[in-house]
Amino acid sequence: MMSEPAPAKKRFPVAVAVLGGVLLIGFIVLFAVQMKKSKQDMLEIGTQVPDFTVTTFSGETYQKSKLEGKILLLNFWSSWCSSCDEEGAALEEVWQEVKDKGDIIFIGVNYVDTEKDSLAFLEKYGITFPNGPDLGSRISRIFMVDAVPESYIIGRDGRLVAIQIGAFQSADEIRAALALAE
Amino acid sequence: MNRLWKVIAILLVMACASLPPGSAQAQEDNPVTDDEVNRLASELYCPVCENVPLEVCPTKACAQWRELIREKIALGWSDEQIKEYFATQYGEQVLAVPPRRGFNWLIYVIPPLLILIGGLLVARIIRRSKKITPLPASNSDRLTTDQEELINEVEQDLRRDE
Repeated sequence: MMSEPAPAKKRFPVAVAVLGGVLLIGFIVLFAVQMKKSKQDMLEIGTQVPDFTVTTFSGETYQKSKLEGKILLLNFWSSWCSSCDEEGAALEEVWQEVKDKGDIIFIGVNYVDTEKDSLAFLEKYGITFPNGPDLGSRISRIFMVDAVPESYIIGRDGRLVAIQIGAFQSADEIRAALALAE
Repeated sequence: MNRLWKVIAILLVMACASLPPGSAQAQEDNPVTDDEVNRLASELYCPVCENVPLEVCPTKACAQWRELIREKIALGWSDEQIKEYFATQYGEQVLAVPPRRGFNWLIYVIPPLLILIGGLLVARIIRRSKKITPLPASNSDRLTTDQEELINEVEQDLRRDE
């Protein structure tokens, strides 16, 4: 007696497998692109600094690309930072010396701080150079800031001239760093 | 009579002075409790230390943030408004749960999709394994006459030996 032929095996539809594969690869590529966009390498001396804008607590706007031709000192600070007060006083001292020349700009970027505490800090230490919050932490991400204080000096051509990780210890240190950009 | 009024006035002043300070605080509009602040703080992350929820972070920065949350709650802001404020001010990385927009959707879409695909595959394997019906009892499962005879002979021999 002949046995009945075994029923044909149902195969997994090729189209579904291909679609699944394409979707998976697509997701992986999207994820990789997103990761690459969010992760930036630390800026090195001599590299062109990407454009950014700081809106100060008093509402003035400073755009990096519009400041070319001037030397820019960018100082990241916070009211909760223990070494920012002395540094703030030293920065203010140098700012008083250079502010009238007009070719050097100091901008304080307030890093993950509350406006109330920041304004109290500025008033307490008599800091008058432009200061504003780092909205959305966009600027600190450009410079890969993960602690304060940190300062960056950008030359007249928009390239990074000097990096100060930690506080400037004196006004002379600030003057010396600015001299690098002259 | 005047004297009586003076005594009453003095007694009133003394009574007011003896009230505990809490009575004065009670007049404030719904003071925000630590629990309310911490509930929302648990949905935010410390901006300085990595992977530390705001509610348990001991840094000064986080203490300031918790105070900010307290102020916003006192102003009547909703949880969503406060979280949106923090995301705008400090970036979306401070949110424990990323908002559902842009590439963030991948986080919400991919895991359920993978679970669904995995579930379908498992269901398919189970269904297929159930479909495998046992083979009909073949001759090999039954003892042949020869085998039965052999067994009988062996059993008889064994009995004799006993």
